[in-house]
Amino acid sequence: MAIFRSIVFIATLAGLMAGLAMTAMQFAGTVPLILKAETFENAELPHEHAAVPNAGAPHSHDEDEWAPADGFERSAYTALANVVTAIGFALLLVAAAELRGGMTGWRQGVVWGLAGFAVFTLAPGLGLPPELPAMPAAELDQRQIWWVATALATGLGLALLVFKRSAPLAILGLALIVAPHLIGAPKPDSFESPIPTALAHDFGVMVSVISFVFWVVLGGTAGFIRSRVQQIA
Amino acid sequence: MYTQQTSLPIQASVTSASRLVQIGLAAFLGLFVLGIAGFSHIEAIHNASHDVRHSLAFPCH
Repeated sequence: MAIFRSIVFIATLAGLMAGLAMTAMQFAGTVPLILKAETFENAELPHEHAAVPNAGAPHSHDEDEWAPADGFERSAYTALANVVTAIGFALLLVAAAELRGGMTGWRQGVVWGLAGFAVFTLAPGLGLPPELPAMPAAELDQRQIWWVATALATGLGLALLVFKRSAPLAILGLALIVAPHLIGAPKPDSFESPIPTALAHDFGVMVSVISFVFWVVLGGTAGFIRSRVQQIA
Repeated sequence: MYTQQTSLPIQASVTSASRLVQIGLAAFLGLFVLGIAGFSHIEAIHNASHDVRHSLAFPCH
């Protein structure tokens, strides 16, 4: 299990670094916008995240459900969730790179990170743009299915385009990348939103930029650590 | 000499199969971790990772 152990080791270290960097970027960039959106949300409908009545399954934040207290506790859980998520992404990224012989250094790691950005941020974000609390959205299950299917299709499509030296497979890869957007992401019944358009726009820009940096750091760090780890066959 | 020649390719194919299994296991672990942090419907987990889900544009609410 030397290869498994090495992948987990590389992914844990890279995930820790990128997750902490992401936490700092979120505190500076996105969390203030989320808190701002929550003031609109609470003004509209107290403690109800489905502000638009027909926005799929009503999903209220009940008072009896546990939630971290605002302030330090909420920030600590944000940091923890970032590190866990980053390790998850790093495991997928390093495993995918191992199928191609492994990242040879930080530069190649950055290229893998860019692919991760395209697969997990860019492609799903085209159909399902970054969304603030209280923004109208289709039912959660439908959106999660579309998100996962789009990431999968984009990843497969990119692999076919880049790694297979065959025109028909390249065309298939292109089709796989385009298909989710022709099918279209699930849409809410109404686009009416209590969140100002300018705030939603700022949030979309901020999410895209910090995600880009996150993937570059994750891939670059993983590539650097991988080049220093000799155990991988 | 003869045995070495025949055993080499077999050993190589076994290693590559085990390699694939280990890479697959690592990827599966990654999916499992992401499923919990980003896609869980359990309210407490959702609340804990709320700001991260929004900031990574995971489907939320």
